[in-house]
Order: sequence, then structure tokens, then C-alpha cells
Amino acid sequence: MTVPFAIIAFLTLASAVAAMSLRNLVHCALTLMLTFAGLAALYLQLGAQFVGFAQILVYLGAVAILIVFAILLTRASEPPRRSRFSATWVVGVGIAAGVFGVLSGVILSSRAIAGVLRPPPDLTVRQIGDQLMGKYVLPLEVIGLLLTAALIGAAIIAMHEQRGSK
Amino acid sequence: MVETMDQIFVTLKHWLVGFAPGQCQPLFSAVLSVAAIILAFATLFAVTTLLERKGLGRIQNRYGPNRVGPCGILQPLADGVKALTKEDVIPDTADKVVHFIAPLVLVMPVLLALAVVPVGRNMAALDTDAGVLFFFAVGAATELSVFMAGWSSRNKYSLLGALRAIAQMISYEVPLILSAVTVIMAAGSLSAVRIVEAQSGYWGVIPNWYVLTPWGLAGFILFMVAATAESNRSPFDLPEGESELIAGYYTEYSGFKFALFFLGEYLGLFAVSGLGITLFLGGWHAPLPGLDWVPSWLWFFAKLLVIIAAFIWVRGTLPRLRMDQLMGLAWKFMLPMALVNIFVAGLWRFLPGGVGRWSVCSILVVGAYLLLGRLLAGRKQPGKRVYRYAE
Repeated sequence: MTVPFAIIAFLTLASAVAAMSLRNLVHCALTLMLTFAGLAALYLQLGAQFVGFAQILVYLGAVAILIVFAILLTRASEPPRRSRFSATWVVGVGIAAGVFGVLSGVILSSRAIAGVLRPPPDLTVRQIGDQLMGKYVLPLEVIGLLLTAALIGAAIIAMHEQRGSK
Repeated sequence: MVETMDQIFVTLKHWLVGFAPGQCQPLFSAVLSVAAIILAFATLFAVTTLLERKGLGRIQNRYGPNRVGPCGILQPLADGVKALTKEDVIPDTADKVVHFIAPLVLVMPVLLALAVVPVGRNMAALDTDAGVLFFFAVGAATELSVFMAGWSSRNKYSLLGALRAIAQMISYEVPLILSAVTVIMAAGSLSAVRIVEAQSGYWGVIPNWYVLTPWGLAGFILFMVAATAESNRSPFDLPEGESELIAGYYTEYSGFKFALFFLGEYLGLFAVSGLGITLFLGGWHAPLPGLDWVPSWLWFFAKLLVIIAAFIWVRGTLPRLRMDQLMGLAWKFMLPMALVNIFVAGLWRFLPGGVGRWSVCSILVVGAYLLLGRLLAGRKQPGKRVYRYAE
């Protein structure tokens, strides 16, 4: 474990804990952004440039703003009076621990990490682009179509509301 | 001699790095690059504020700053001292921590973005394989800073300004990135250094810059308009409208934090203009074959100053847009235009070179421009102006 990895991992985990436990929702959102940034830094440290930059572009650029707008539009950004723990937190912790146990068990028993790890291939963005435009062009197009449909749907919902209010 | 002048900063850096002990050399080299970026662009920021105030004064028929130093050239220094010594007022109800962090979150990504812009031959601080993607990725963090500043101030004008700014930045990021895609398609690379290399050479005396193709010209104009909106400059300065929002999201900032916002905004302008130069104006290449003896970094900064002059000119000339006009321009005009432009750039790539390619692509770009303009203007009949509320 190297020093940069330790710093990044600590920041990511600490901000994730803060995102769960802070009282003010906007603070939670902002610390969650720090978690996203930490994940992006981890990808970059692993040499996955494209994934890292895409993570920053999508999560810090778009998802962050979406979350923040959703908080501002749906409820007051003041901290709630209730206790910060929900009444059923024991069940939640149990389920989380169960999921963690199953996942780590599966990963540890997997054959992929049993043998000697091969050095990662030196991937460039160009190769990713070639693959996306060649071998995986159909999934790419399907996702594009799905997103366009979602966009049109959102526009229609917004238009309908506007007409009703007049 | 020519070669020495061209590479003088690179040689200087290698010479300085040589003094560091072996293991520290990569770190020391990075620190030197960062220091050079901060020094060069902060100086440019000081010069630009003076030029802007002088230029706006000239346009608005007044003198501009002329008291500090000869012809007022020491004005930026006076402004800096003023910003440093002013009291730092934080509102009582403000969210102190977020209020404090917001200006830093604005300045840091902008400095990171400047790292990938090649300011001269061998002079990109960070030459990654995905440089342009890196630029847009770190640029996305500025929206978060604007929100943090607006929300933490606990001021309705700040929040309104922040929401306006975010809506505007998200809307104009789409045409900004889509107009850059054309260049990435033509150069076949996301690396800023490769893109500049792809624009080297001359056709007779005409340089091989992408701006001198039909799609490049359309892309450059779209890119610069979107860049103006991204950096919240007039005529797209609604988020900071003094008359409507008393300066928007930085109403509650004073002293050096305000200066940091100001710095971040101008550095963002330099970064996005630098990317525009890299993508469309041939980066550090000389505009004419005979002018190669001028150092490459001088060409880059000359082009940057020309673009800044154009920005000042636009700011002094055009009135501010209305919010619905702003959104309409981004989504109804610039987005379809950028998509058509991507198609034209693809066509340019596969058609055989010659007059035929030029005319087909030009007709497509101009046709799309005229058609979109007609369609958008068609419904509105200019007539007698009706005031709904004032009468």
C-alpha cells in the first residue's frame, strides 16, 4: 500500500461516512461529491484515465448538480429535527453486513484473483474509442436511444405541467 | 539562437530540476510547472484587468484608471493591496466552512485545466493521452463552487444568482463540448499536444489551422460563444447582473475571497480561450511560414491577447440577454448547429479534397445556419412593442 493510495482511501472513506452522518442534507451532498472525487482519483491511480475523467465529468459535473437541485426543489435545506438514526437502523446494519460478507466471500473465492495477476494492458483512450465504435457499437446505440427517449419524456412532462398552470 | 529562444523556459526548467536530489526530481519538476503556470497567468490576469478597464473606458467615452503610476499602469497593484487589506466580512447566518471553501474550489480546477494547454513547443505541463477530456472534466467542478458560494451565503440574491449560473453553465457546456468534438474527430486524438501537431504546416502561405475550414469556422464561433457563457461574461452575465441580483453568487464575499473569485473567473477565461486556440487556431504555430523565428510561446500569448481583446470589445458593445433568450440560444440554436457541424466534419473527413468538398461543406454549414435562424425568428413578428406591466 503506497502513501498516495492511503491518503485517497482515507479521504474517500471519511467523506463517505460524513455523507451518511451529517445533519444538513446539502452538507451530505457536498461530502458525497468528495467521495466521488476520491473514487475518480483511485481510478486515475490505477492508470484508468478515461474512466477517471468520465467519473469526474459525470458525477461531479452532472450528478452532483442533479442531487443539489433535487434537495433545493423538494424540501427546505434546513436540518431536520428528528434523530439522525432511523428507527430500524439495526436491520439496516444487519443487511449491510450481510451484503458485505457475501460480496467479499465471492470475491475472495473467485478464480480471477487466485492466480498470478497479469500486468494491466497499456490502454489508451483511442483503443477504448475504437472498441466502442466497432465491437460494442450496438450497446452504445441502444443506450443513446434510451437516453434520448428519457430526455424527450422529461421535456414532455415539463411541458404538460406548464400548460396545466396557465 | 531561434531554437534557444523558443525553448528557453524548457531549458531553464531542466537546469533548475538538475539541482534537486535524484528522487525528488519528478516532484520538483511538477512544482516548477505549477509555479510557472500560476506566475504567468496571474500576471496576465493583472494585465487583463487593466486592459479591460482601459478598453471599456475607451468604448464608453471616459478615461478609465489613470491615477496610479504613469497612465494608471500600476492600478492592478493598488487593487491587489486593497483586496488584501480589506476586512473579510462573513454573514452571521452563513455556513462558514462552505463559504470559506467555495473560492478555493473555483480556483483549483481552473489551474488544473490550464495544465493541459500547450503554451509553446514542448510546453504543456501535463501531456496526457486524454488532455481535452481532462480539461472538460475538471471544468465541471466550477459549477459546484458556484453552488457552494450561492447556497452558503444564506442570501436569496446569491442563491438566485447561483441557480442561474448553474443553469447557464450546464446549458452551454453541451455546445462547448460538441463543438470541440469536431476537432477531436479531425485530429484523431484527445491529446492537446497531438491536436496542435495535427495543425502544423502550411498550404502555400495559408496555415493548416482548423478554423480555416467550413466546420472549423462554425465550430470556433460556437466554441467562443459557449466559452463566453461558461465564463459568465457579458452579454451572458445574468448570474452576476448588478442591476438585478447585486452581483449574484458573490454578493456576500469581500476582501481577498472576492479577489479569488475574480481571479478564478479570469483564469477560467484564459483556460477556455487557450483551449480554443489549441483546438482551432493552431496552438503555438506561427500564422505565416516566414514568421517561424518568433518563439512559439510568444505566438500563443499573442493569440490569447487578441481573443481577450475581442472579449473586452464584446463586453463593451452588447447588452445583456434575457433569461429565456439565453436558454433559447443554447438549446434551440447552438445545440442543433453543433450537431450539424459534427456531421459536416465527418463528411469533410471522408470526401476527397478539393473544391467540391469545400463547397458541399460550406453550403451545409451556411444552410443550417440560415434555416435555424429563419425557423427561430419565424414565429415572432416584430411590431409595436407592448408593455404588459408598465402601463
